Amino acid sequence: MRRWLPASALLLLFLGAWAWLASLPSVDDLTLASPAEVWGAFGDDRDLLLDNARVTLVEVLLGLAISIVAGVSFAVAMHLSRTLRDATYPLLVASQAVPIVVLAPIFVLAFDYGMGPKLAIVALICFFPITVNVLDGLRSVEQDHLKLMRSFGASRVRTLRSVEVPAALPSFFSGLRVAATVSVIGAVFGEWAGADEGLGRLVLLGNNQLQTPRVYAGVVLLTLMAVALFTLVTLLERLTCPWNRTERTA
Amino acid sequence: MQTKVVAPAVEPSSEGETSVAVRGVRRAFRGTHREPLVALAGVDLHVGANEVLGVVGPSGCGKSTLLELVAGLQEPDGGSVEVAGRSPAKARRELCAFMPQRDLLLPWRDALGNAALALECQGVPRGEARSRAAPLLERFGLGGFEAARPAQLSGGMRQRVAFMRTLLPGRPVLLLDEPFASLDSITRASMQAWLADALATEPRTVLLVTHDVEEALFLSDRVAVLSARPGRVVQELEVPMPRPRDRRAAVTDPALARLRERALEVLGS
Repeated sequence: MRRWLPASALLLLFLGAWAWLASLPSVDDLTLASPAEVWGAFGDDRDLLLDNARVTLVEVLLGLAISIVAGVSFAVAMHLSRTLRDATYPLLVASQAVPIVVLAPIFVLAFDYGMGPKLAIVALICFFPITVNVLDGLRSVEQDHLKLMRSFGASRVRTLRSVEVPAALPSFFSGLRVAATVSVIGAVFGEWAGADEGLGRLVLLGNNQLQTPRVYAGVVLLTLMAVALFTLVTLLERLTCPWNRTERTA
Repeated sequence: MQTKVVAPAVEPSSEGETSVAVRGVRRAFRGTHREPLVALAGVDLHVGANEVLGVVGPSGCGKSTLLELVAGLQEPDGGSVEVAGRSPAKARRELCAFMPQRDLLLPWRDALGNAALALECQGVPRGEARSRAAPLLERFGLGGFEAARPAQLSGGMRQRVAFMRTLLPGRPVLLLDEPFASLDSITRASMQAWLADALATEPRTVLLVTHDVEEALFLSDRVAVLSARPGRVVQELEVPMPRPRDRRAAVTDPALARLRERALEVLGS
Protein backbone atom coordinates (compact mmCIF):
# COMPACT_ATOMS: atom_id res chain seq x y z
CA MET A 1 0.00 0.00 0.00
CA ARG A 2 2.83 2.38 0.82
CA ARG A 3 3.95 2.17 -2.78
CA TRP A 4 0.66 3.71 -3.94
CA LEU A 5 1.06 6.72 -1.72
CA PRO A 6 3.45 8.82 -3.85
CA ALA A 7 1.42 8.18 -7.01
CA SER A 8 -1.85 9.12 -5.28
CA ALA A 9 -0.32 12.28 -3.84
CA LEU A 10 0.98 13.33 -7.23
CA LEU A 11 -2.41 12.65 -8.81
CA LEU A 12 -4.12 14.84 -6.21
CA LEU A 13 -1.56 17.55 -6.80
CA PHE A 14 -2.22 17.33 -10.52
CA LEU A 15 -6.00 17.58 -9.99
CA GLY A 16 -5.46 20.57 -7.72
CA ALA A 17 -3.30 22.36 -10.30
CA TRP A 18 -5.87 21.57 -12.97
CA ALA A 19 -8.73 22.98 -10.89
CA TRP A 20 -6.71 26.09 -10.10
CA LEU A 21 -5.76 26.66 -13.75
CA ALA A 22 -9.37 26.21 -14.87
CA SER A 23 -10.53 28.75 -12.28
CA LEU A 24 -8.26 31.48 -13.60
CA PRO A 25 -10.35 34.19 -15.32
CA SER A 26 -7.88 34.39 -18.20
CA VAL A 27 -8.43 30.72 -19.10
CA ASP A 28 -11.29 30.19 -21.52
CA ASP A 29 -13.92 27.66 -20.39
CA LEU A 30 -13.93 26.23 -23.90
CA THR A 31 -10.23 25.42 -23.70
CA LEU A 32 -10.10 23.92 -20.26
CA ALA A 33 -12.97 22.41 -18.35
CA SER A 34 -12.54 22.18 -14.59
CA PRO A 35 -12.37 18.77 -12.89
CA ALA A 36 -15.81 19.43 -11.43
CA GLU A 37 -17.28 20.10 -14.88
CA VAL A 38 -15.70 16.92 -16.22
CA TRP A 39 -17.14 15.01 -13.27
CA GLY A 40 -20.45 16.55 -14.13
CA ALA A 41 -20.12 15.35 -17.71
CA PHE A 42 -19.61 11.82 -16.41
CA GLY A 43 -22.99 12.13 -14.71
CA ASP A 44 -24.87 13.84 -17.55
CA ASP A 45 -23.45 11.85 -20.43
CA ARG A 46 -23.02 8.60 -18.57
CA ASP A 47 -24.79 6.34 -21.05
CA LEU A 48 -23.33 8.11 -24.06
CA LEU A 49 -19.79 7.79 -22.68
CA LEU A 50 -20.17 4.16 -21.62
CA ASP A 51 -21.72 3.04 -24.91
CA ASN A 52 -18.94 4.62 -26.89
CA ALA A 53 -16.28 3.37 -24.48
CA ARG A 54 -17.56 -0.15 -25.01
CA VAL A 55 -17.11 0.19 -28.77
CA THR A 56 -13.57 1.49 -28.40
CA LEU A 57 -12.68 -1.17 -25.87
CA VAL A 58 -13.80 -3.91 -28.25
CA GLU A 59 -11.69 -2.37 -31.03
CA VAL A 60 -8.68 -2.22 -28.73
CA LEU A 61 -9.03 -5.77 -27.40
CA LEU A 62 -9.67 -7.36 -30.80
CA GLY A 63 -6.87 -5.36 -32.40
CA LEU A 64 -4.51 -6.39 -29.60
CA ALA A 65 -5.54 -10.02 -29.99
CA ILE A 66 -4.82 -9.90 -33.71
CA SER A 67 -1.44 -8.29 -33.15
CA ILE A 68 -0.52 -10.86 -30.47
CA VAL A 69 -1.33 -13.80 -32.74
CA ALA A 70 0.34 -12.22 -35.77
CA GLY A 71 3.31 -10.78 -33.87
CA VAL A 72 4.14 -13.94 -31.93
CA SER A 73 3.83 -16.23 -34.96
CA PHE A 74 5.86 -13.85 -37.07
CA ALA A 75 8.57 -13.58 -34.40
CA VAL A 76 8.78 -17.36 -34.06
CA ALA A 77 9.00 -17.76 -37.83
CA MET A 78 11.71 -15.11 -38.00
CA HIS A 79 13.54 -16.85 -35.18
CA LEU A 80 13.44 -20.21 -36.94
CA SER A 81 14.44 -18.96 -40.37
CA ARG A 82 17.43 -16.73 -40.71
CA THR A 83 16.54 -15.97 -44.32
CA LEU A 84 13.08 -14.83 -43.33
CA ARG A 85 14.54 -12.68 -40.58
CA ASP A 86 17.08 -11.00 -42.85
CA ALA A 87 14.46 -10.47 -45.52
CA THR A 88 11.69 -9.05 -43.36
CA TYR A 89 13.46 -7.12 -40.61
CA PRO A 90 13.75 -3.90 -42.66
CA LEU A 91 10.06 -4.19 -43.58
CA LEU A 92 9.16 -4.69 -39.96
CA VAL A 93 10.95 -1.50 -38.96
CA ALA A 94 9.38 0.32 -41.90
CA SER A 95 5.92 -0.80 -40.75
CA GLN A 96 6.48 1.13 -37.55
CA ALA A 97 7.84 4.19 -39.33
CA VAL A 98 4.72 4.57 -41.49
CA PRO A 99 2.72 7.55 -40.19
CA ILE A 100 -0.47 5.85 -39.03
CA VAL A 101 -2.36 9.17 -39.00
CA VAL A 102 -1.91 9.37 -42.75
CA LEU A 103 -2.62 5.71 -43.28
CA ALA A 104 -5.84 5.66 -41.28
CA PRO A 105 -8.07 7.48 -43.81
CA ILE A 106 -6.79 5.19 -46.57
CA PHE A 107 -7.70 2.16 -44.46
CA VAL A 108 -11.15 3.58 -43.94
CA LEU A 109 -11.51 4.13 -47.70
CA ALA A 110 -10.41 0.57 -48.33
CA PHE A 111 -12.38 -1.19 -45.59
CA ASP A 112 -15.39 1.02 -45.15
CA TYR A 113 -16.63 2.68 -41.95
CA GLY A 114 -17.00 -0.44 -39.81
CA MET A 115 -14.75 -2.20 -37.34
CA GLY A 116 -12.24 -3.36 -39.96
CA PRO A 117 -10.01 -0.31 -40.36
CA LYS A 118 -9.87 0.29 -36.58
CA LEU A 119 -8.71 -3.27 -35.97
CA ALA A 120 -6.17 -2.97 -38.76
CA ILE A 121 -4.74 0.23 -37.30
CA VAL A 122 -4.61 -1.03 -33.71
CA ALA A 123 -3.02 -4.28 -34.88
CA LEU A 124 -0.49 -2.42 -37.03
CA ILE A 125 0.56 -0.19 -34.15
CA CYS A 126 0.83 -3.08 -31.67
CA PHE A 127 2.47 -5.54 -34.02
CA PHE A 128 5.89 -3.94 -33.87
CA PRO A 129 6.57 -3.84 -30.10
CA ILE A 130 5.28 -7.40 -29.74
CA THR A 131 7.24 -8.87 -32.64
CA VAL A 132 10.50 -7.13 -31.79
CA ASN A 133 10.34 -8.04 -28.11
CA VAL A 134 9.39 -11.66 -28.69
CA LEU A 135 12.17 -12.02 -31.26
CA ASP A 136 14.70 -10.50 -28.86
CA GLY A 137 13.44 -12.79 -26.10
CA LEU A 138 13.76 -15.91 -28.24
CA ARG A 139 17.28 -14.91 -29.21
CA SER A 140 18.30 -14.08 -25.64
CA VAL A 141 18.77 -17.76 -24.78
CA GLU A 142 22.38 -18.52 -23.99
CA GLN A 143 24.42 -20.63 -26.37
CA ASP A 144 25.26 -22.94 -23.46
CA HIS A 145 21.61 -23.80 -22.97
CA LEU A 146 21.17 -24.61 -26.65
CA LYS A 147 24.33 -26.71 -26.56
CA LEU A 148 22.99 -28.60 -23.56
CA MET A 149 19.70 -29.31 -25.32
CA ARG A 150 21.63 -30.54 -28.35
CA SER A 151 23.63 -32.90 -26.16
CA PHE A 152 20.34 -34.29 -24.82
CA GLY A 153 19.32 -35.04 -28.40
CA ALA A 154 16.42 -32.57 -28.21
CA SER A 155 14.51 -31.77 -31.39
CA ARG A 156 14.20 -28.19 -32.65
CA VAL A 157 10.56 -28.05 -31.54
CA ARG A 158 11.44 -29.41 -28.11
CA THR A 159 14.16 -26.79 -27.61
CA LEU A 160 11.77 -24.08 -28.74
CA ARG A 161 9.06 -25.28 -26.38
CA SER A 162 11.13 -26.06 -23.32
CA VAL A 163 13.78 -23.36 -23.47
CA GLU A 164 13.28 -20.56 -25.97
CA VAL A 165 9.57 -19.85 -25.52
CA PRO A 166 9.65 -19.73 -21.70
CA ALA A 167 12.79 -17.60 -21.87
CA ALA A 168 10.99 -15.19 -24.20
CA LEU A 169 7.88 -14.82 -22.01
CA PRO A 170 9.12 -11.83 -19.94
CA SER A 171 10.13 -10.01 -23.15
CA PHE A 172 6.76 -10.82 -24.66
CA PHE A 173 5.07 -9.15 -21.71
CA SER A 174 7.34 -6.11 -22.01
CA GLY A 175 6.25 -5.78 -25.62
CA LEU A 176 2.63 -6.36 -24.69
CA ARG A 177 2.79 -3.62 -22.05
CA VAL A 178 3.93 -1.12 -24.67
CA ALA A 179 1.37 -2.44 -27.15
CA ALA A 180 -1.46 -2.21 -24.61
CA THR A 181 -0.82 1.47 -23.98
CA VAL A 182 -0.47 2.48 -27.63
CA SER A 183 -3.40 0.34 -28.74
CA VAL A 184 -5.84 2.94 -27.35
CA ILE A 185 -4.17 5.67 -29.40
CA GLY A 186 -4.48 3.43 -32.45
CA ALA A 187 -8.22 3.00 -31.92
CA VAL A 188 -8.67 6.78 -31.60
CA PHE A 189 -6.78 7.41 -34.84
CA GLY A 190 -8.95 4.84 -36.54
CA GLU A 191 -12.12 6.48 -35.32
CA TRP A 192 -10.93 9.95 -36.29
CA ALA A 193 -10.46 8.78 -39.85
CA GLY A 194 -14.13 7.85 -40.00
CA ALA A 195 -16.54 6.19 -37.63
CA ASP A 196 -20.12 6.41 -36.34
CA GLU A 197 -19.29 5.42 -32.80
CA GLY A 198 -16.46 5.12 -30.28
CA LEU A 199 -14.79 7.40 -27.76
CA GLY A 200 -12.39 8.81 -30.34
CA ARG A 201 -15.28 9.92 -32.50
CA LEU A 202 -17.13 11.29 -29.46
CA VAL A 203 -14.11 13.39 -28.49
CA LEU A 204 -13.69 14.70 -32.03
CA LEU A 205 -17.37 15.52 -32.29
CA GLY A 206 -17.46 17.11 -28.85
CA ASN A 207 -14.56 19.29 -29.84
CA ASN A 208 -16.41 20.56 -32.91
CA GLN A 209 -19.56 21.15 -30.89
CA LEU A 210 -17.63 22.99 -28.15
CA GLN A 211 -18.72 20.47 -25.49
CA THR A 212 -15.44 20.77 -23.66
CA PRO A 213 -16.35 18.85 -20.46
CA ARG A 214 -17.49 15.89 -22.54
CA VAL A 215 -14.22 15.95 -24.51
CA TYR A 216 -12.20 15.83 -21.31
CA ALA A 217 -14.37 13.06 -19.91
CA GLY A 218 -13.69 11.04 -23.07
CA VAL A 219 -9.96 11.65 -22.76
CA VAL A 220 -10.01 10.58 -19.11
CA LEU A 221 -11.82 7.36 -20.06
CA LEU A 222 -9.32 6.62 -22.83
CA THR A 223 -6.46 7.15 -20.40
CA LEU A 224 -8.06 4.92 -17.79
CA MET A 225 -8.50 2.25 -20.44
CA ALA A 226 -4.79 2.29 -21.28
CA VAL A 227 -3.79 2.24 -17.60
CA ALA A 228 -6.14 -0.67 -16.91
CA LEU A 229 -4.76 -2.65 -19.83
CA PHE A 230 -1.21 -2.00 -18.67
CA THR A 231 -2.07 -3.20 -15.17
CA LEU A 232 -3.80 -6.27 -16.55
CA VAL A 233 -0.71 -7.22 -18.56
CA THR A 234 1.49 -6.76 -15.50
CA LEU A 235 -0.79 -9.05 -13.47
CA LEU A 236 -0.77 -11.65 -16.24
CA GLU A 237 3.00 -11.57 -16.29
CA ARG A 238 3.17 -12.16 -12.54
CA LEU A 239 0.86 -15.14 -12.91
CA THR A 240 2.64 -16.73 -15.86
CA CYS A 241 6.28 -15.94 -15.00
CA PRO A 242 6.52 -16.38 -11.22
CA TRP A 243 10.18 -17.45 -11.54
CA ASN A 244 11.04 -14.03 -12.85
CA ARG A 245 10.19 -12.50 -9.49
CA THR A 246 11.84 -15.10 -7.26
CA GLU A 247 14.93 -14.78 -9.44
CA ARG A 248 15.04 -11.05 -8.86
CA THR A 249 14.54 -11.21 -5.12
CA ALA A 250 17.00 -14.05 -4.65
CA MET B 1 25.53 -34.04 3.12
CA GLN B 2 26.03 -37.70 4.04
CA THR B 3 23.95 -39.10 1.23
CA LYS B 4 24.01 -42.83 0.95
CA VAL B 5 23.52 -44.05 -2.56
CA VAL B 6 21.92 -47.39 -1.89
CA ALA B 7 21.00 -48.96 -5.18
CA PRO B 8 21.69 -48.13 -8.80
CA ALA B 9 19.35 -45.28 -9.62
CA VAL B 10 19.48 -45.90 -13.31
CA GLU B 11 20.25 -49.15 -15.00
CA PRO B 12 23.83 -49.18 -16.15
CA SER B 13 24.38 -49.52 -19.84
CA SER B 14 23.96 -52.94 -21.29
CA GLU B 15 26.77 -52.37 -23.77
CA GLY B 16 29.87 -53.80 -22.20
CA GLU B 17 32.63 -51.91 -23.91
CA THR B 18 31.95 -48.21 -23.72
CA SER B 19 35.44 -46.86 -23.91
CA VAL B 20 36.41 -43.45 -25.22
CA ALA B 21 39.32 -43.10 -27.62
CA VAL B 22 40.78 -39.74 -28.62
CA ARG B 23 43.55 -39.99 -31.20
CA GLY B 24 45.72 -37.13 -32.40
CA VAL B 25 42.89 -34.65 -32.07
CA ARG B 26 43.51 -31.14 -33.29
CA ARG B 27 41.12 -28.24 -32.96
CA ALA B 28 41.68 -24.60 -33.87
CA PHE B 29 39.43 -21.56 -33.73
CA ARG B 30 39.55 -18.31 -35.57
CA GLY B 31 41.59 -16.06 -33.30
CA THR B 32 41.33 -12.35 -32.75
CA HIS B 33 44.25 -11.79 -35.12
CA ARG B 34 45.06 -13.45 -38.39
CA GLU B 35 46.54 -16.55 -36.82
CA PRO B 36 44.15 -19.30 -35.81
CA LEU B 37 43.88 -20.05 -32.12
CA VAL B 38 45.00 -23.63 -31.66
CA ALA B 39 43.08 -25.06 -28.71
CA LEU B 40 44.21 -28.67 -29.00
CA ALA B 41 47.34 -29.77 -30.81
CA GLY B 42 47.30 -33.53 -31.12
CA VAL B 43 45.66 -34.96 -28.02
CA ASP B 44 45.70 -38.69 -27.38
CA LEU B 45 43.54 -40.14 -24.62
CA HIS B 46 41.89 -43.43 -23.81
CA VAL B 47 39.28 -44.08 -21.18
CA GLY B 48 38.42 -47.72 -20.56
CA ALA B 49 34.92 -48.93 -19.79
CA ASN B 50 33.80 -47.78 -16.32
CA GLU B 51 37.11 -46.04 -15.82
CA VAL B 52 37.35 -42.49 -14.47
CA LEU B 53 39.90 -40.35 -16.28
CA GLY B 54 40.70 -36.98 -14.77
CA VAL B 55 41.94 -34.29 -17.13
CA VAL B 56 43.76 -31.40 -15.52
CA GLY B 57 45.39 -28.42 -17.12
CA PRO B 58 45.83 -24.68 -16.77
CA SER B 59 42.80 -22.58 -17.64
CA GLY B 60 42.42 -21.98 -21.35
CA CYS B 61 44.19 -25.20 -22.34
CA GLY B 62 41.21 -26.48 -24.28
CA LYS B 63 39.76 -28.80 -21.64
CA SER B 64 36.18 -27.78 -22.34
CA THR B 65 36.80 -28.05 -26.08
CA LEU B 66 38.04 -31.58 -25.53
CA LEU B 67 34.84 -32.52 -23.72
CA GLU B 68 32.61 -30.98 -26.35
CA LEU B 69 34.51 -32.90 -29.01
CA VAL B 70 33.90 -36.19 -27.23
CA ALA B 71 30.28 -35.20 -26.56
CA GLY B 72 29.67 -34.78 -30.28
CA LEU B 73 28.99 -31.06 -29.99
CA GLN B 74 32.07 -30.21 -32.06
CA GLU B 75 34.08 -31.93 -34.74
CA PRO B 76 37.88 -32.19 -34.61
CA ASP B 77 39.93 -30.50 -37.34
CA GLY B 78 42.23 -33.49 -37.35
CA GLY B 79 42.49 -36.88 -35.67
CA SER B 80 39.57 -38.97 -34.52
CA VAL B 81 37.21 -39.35 -31.58
CA GLU B 82 35.45 -42.62 -30.91
CA VAL B 83 32.96 -43.55 -28.25
CA ALA B 84 32.31 -47.27 -27.97
CA GLY B 85 34.09 -47.61 -31.29
CA ARG B 86 31.73 -45.21 -33.06
CA SER B 87 32.86 -41.88 -34.46
CA PRO B 88 29.85 -40.05 -36.00
CA ALA B 89 28.91 -37.01 -33.93
CA LYS B 90 25.32 -38.18 -33.60
CA ALA B 91 26.40 -41.55 -32.25
CA ARG B 92 28.68 -39.82 -29.75
CA ARG B 93 25.86 -37.53 -28.65
CA GLU B 94 23.66 -40.54 -28.02
CA LEU B 95 26.26 -42.34 -25.92
CA CYS B 96 27.47 -39.42 -23.84
CA ALA B 97 25.85 -37.44 -21.06
CA PHE B 98 27.41 -34.01 -20.91
CA MET B 99 27.44 -31.92 -17.77
CA PRO B 100 28.62 -28.37 -18.45
CA GLN B 101 30.52 -26.15 -16.06
CA ARG B 102 27.48 -24.16 -14.98
CA ASP B 103 24.40 -26.04 -13.83
CA LEU B 104 22.27 -24.35 -16.55
CA LEU B 105 19.05 -25.23 -14.74
CA LEU B 106 15.97 -23.68 -16.31
CA PRO B 107 14.65 -21.06 -13.87
CA TRP B 108 11.00 -21.73 -14.76
CA ARG B 109 11.18 -25.45 -14.02
CA ASP B 110 11.15 -26.86 -10.51
CA ALA B 111 13.90 -29.18 -9.29
CA LEU B 112 12.04 -32.29 -10.42
CA GLY B 113 11.28 -30.81 -13.84
CA ASN B 114 14.91 -29.84 -14.32
CA ALA B 115 16.12 -33.29 -13.34
CA ALA B 116 13.66 -34.79 -15.84
CA LEU B 117 14.59 -32.47 -18.72
CA ALA B 118 17.06 -34.76 -20.49
CA LEU B 119 14.59 -37.64 -20.31
CA GLU B 120 11.86 -35.48 -21.85
CA CYS B 121 14.22 -34.52 -24.65
CA GLN B 122 14.46 -38.20 -25.51
CA GLY B 123 10.72 -38.34 -25.96
CA VAL B 124 9.70 -39.64 -22.54
CA PRO B 125 6.32 -38.05 -21.69
CA ARG B 126 6.48 -35.35 -19.05
CA GLY B 127 4.62 -37.22 -16.33
CA GLU B 128 6.62 -40.39 -16.76
CA ALA B 129 9.91 -38.47 -16.84
CA ARG B 130 9.01 -36.74 -13.59
CA SER B 131 8.01 -39.96 -11.86
CA ARG B 132 11.27 -41.58 -12.97
CA ALA B 133 13.26 -38.63 -11.63
CA ALA B 134 11.43 -38.50 -8.29
CA PRO B 135 13.12 -41.45 -6.53
CA LEU B 136 16.52 -40.15 -7.62
CA LEU B 137 15.81 -36.78 -6.01
CA GLU B 138 15.00 -38.59 -2.80
CA ARG B 139 18.16 -40.66 -3.03
CA PHE B 140 20.37 -37.66 -3.71
CA GLY B 141 19.20 -35.87 -0.59
CA LEU B 142 16.76 -33.53 -2.28
CA GLY B 143 13.56 -35.12 -1.02
CA GLY B 144 11.03 -32.39 -0.25
CA PHE B 145 12.64 -30.00 -2.72
CA GLU B 146 10.81 -31.38 -5.77
CA ALA B 147 8.79 -28.22 -6.30
CA ALA B 148 11.58 -25.77 -5.46
CA ARG B 149 12.74 -23.50 -8.25
CA PRO B 150 16.50 -23.29 -8.95
CA ALA B 151 16.65 -19.81 -7.41
CA GLN B 152 15.53 -21.33 -4.11
CA LEU B 153 18.24 -24.01 -4.08
CA SER B 154 21.79 -23.73 -2.79
CA GLY B 155 24.75 -24.09 -5.16
CA GLY B 156 25.39 -27.67 -4.06
CA MET B 157 21.73 -28.62 -4.51
CA ARG B 158 21.62 -27.08 -7.97
CA GLN B 159 24.72 -29.00 -8.92
CA ARG B 160 23.15 -32.23 -7.74
CA VAL B 161 20.00 -31.55 -9.78
CA ALA B 162 22.23 -30.94 -12.80
CA PHE B 163 24.02 -34.20 -12.10
CA MET B 164 20.72 -36.11 -11.85
CA ARG B 165 19.66 -34.60 -15.14
CA THR B 166 22.91 -35.93 -16.63
CA LEU B 167 22.51 -39.36 -15.08
CA LEU B 168 18.83 -40.07 -15.78
CA PRO B 169 18.97 -40.90 -19.50
CA GLY B 170 21.25 -43.79 -18.48
CA ARG B 171 23.98 -43.04 -20.98
CA PRO B 172 27.14 -45.05 -20.47
CA VAL B 173 29.65 -42.20 -20.74
CA LEU B 174 29.66 -39.18 -18.43
CA LEU B 175 31.50 -36.04 -19.48
CA LEU B 176 31.89 -33.71 -16.52
CA ASP B 177 33.25 -30.22 -17.11
CA GLU B 178 34.53 -28.72 -13.85
CA PRO B 179 31.38 -29.92 -12.09
CA PHE B 180 32.27 -28.38 -8.73
CA ALA B 181 34.26 -25.31 -9.73
CA SER B 182 31.50 -22.90 -8.78
CA LEU B 183 31.05 -24.25 -5.25
CA ASP B 184 32.65 -23.13 -2.01
CA SER B 185 35.38 -25.44 -0.72
CA ILE B 186 33.30 -27.18 1.97
CA THR B 187 30.41 -27.92 -0.37
CA ARG B 188 32.90 -28.97 -3.03
CA ALA B 189 34.53 -31.53 -0.73
CA SER B 190 31.19 -33.09 0.20
CA MET B 191 30.05 -33.12 -3.43
CA GLN B 192 33.27 -34.88 -4.43
CA ALA B 193 32.70 -37.55 -1.78
CA TRP B 194 29.14 -37.84 -2.96
CA LEU B 195 30.19 -38.27 -6.61
CA ALA B 196 32.76 -40.90 -5.61
CA ASP B 197 30.01 -42.86 -3.84
CA ALA B 198 27.60 -42.44 -6.71
CA LEU B 199 30.15 -43.75 -9.20
CA ALA B 200 30.98 -46.70 -6.93
CA THR B 201 27.36 -47.85 -6.93
CA GLU B 202 26.73 -46.87 -10.52
CA PRO B 203 29.88 -47.35 -12.52
CA ARG B 204 30.17 -45.29 -15.67
CA THR B 205 32.91 -44.35 -18.07
CA VAL B 206 33.83 -40.87 -16.93
CA LEU B 207 35.88 -38.05 -18.38
CA LEU B 208 36.29 -35.52 -15.59
CA VAL B 209 37.77 -32.20 -16.57
CA THR B 210 39.04 -30.00 -13.77
CA HIS B 211 41.75 -27.49 -12.97
CA ASP B 212 42.01 -28.89 -9.45
CA VAL B 213 44.75 -31.54 -9.18
CA GLU B 214 43.48 -32.60 -5.76
CA GLU B 215 39.99 -33.24 -7.13
CA ALA B 216 41.32 -35.21 -10.12
CA LEU B 217 43.48 -37.42 -7.88
CA PHE B 218 40.65 -38.02 -5.42
CA LEU B 219 38.09 -39.09 -8.03
CA SER B 220 40.02 -40.66 -10.93
CA ASP B 221 41.69 -43.93 -11.80
CA ARG B 222 44.13 -42.07 -14.01
CA VAL B 223 44.94 -38.41 -14.49
CA ALA B 224 46.03 -36.86 -17.77
CA VAL B 225 47.86 -33.55 -17.46
CA LEU B 226 47.35 -31.12 -20.32
CA SER B 227 49.81 -28.39 -21.24
CA ALA B 228 48.88 -24.75 -21.64
CA ARG B 229 47.47 -23.77 -25.04
CA PRO B 230 47.89 -25.38 -27.48
CA GLY B 231 46.73 -28.28 -25.31
CA ARG B 232 48.60 -31.57 -25.40
CA VAL B 233 48.80 -34.46 -22.98
CA VAL B 234 52.17 -34.02 -21.28
CA GLN B 235 51.81 -36.64 -18.56
CA GLU B 236 49.58 -39.52 -17.54
CA LEU B 237 49.47 -40.56 -13.92
CA GLU B 238 48.03 -43.79 -12.56
CA VAL B 239 46.40 -43.34 -9.13
CA PRO B 240 47.37 -46.42 -7.07
CA MET B 241 44.40 -46.54 -4.74
CA PRO B 242 41.02 -48.21 -5.18
CA ARG B 243 37.88 -46.09 -5.51
CA PRO B 244 35.92 -44.80 -3.66
CA ARG B 245 38.63 -43.30 -1.54
CA ASP B 246 38.63 -41.97 1.93
CA ARG B 247 39.51 -38.30 1.82
CA ARG B 248 41.89 -38.42 4.76
CA ALA B 249 43.68 -41.45 3.34
CA ALA B 250 43.91 -39.78 -0.04
CA VAL B 251 45.40 -36.66 1.46
CA THR B 252 47.97 -38.44 3.63
CA ASP B 253 48.94 -41.25 1.25
CA PRO B 254 52.59 -40.75 0.28
CA ALA B 255 52.13 -42.18 -3.23
CA LEU B 256 49.31 -39.72 -3.95
CA ALA B 257 51.35 -36.92 -2.48
CA ARG B 258 54.13 -37.74 -4.93
CA LEU B 259 51.66 -37.78 -7.83
CA ARG B 260 50.32 -34.41 -6.73
CA GLU B 261 53.85 -33.00 -6.65
CA ARG B 262 54.49 -34.38 -10.11
CA ALA B 263 51.28 -33.03 -11.57
CA LEU B 264 51.82 -29.59 -10.07
CA GLU B 265 55.39 -29.60 -11.31
CA VAL B 266 54.27 -30.42 -14.84
CA LEU B 267 51.54 -27.78 -14.67
CA GLY B 268 53.92 -25.21 -13.31
CA SER B 269 56.43 -25.59 -16.12
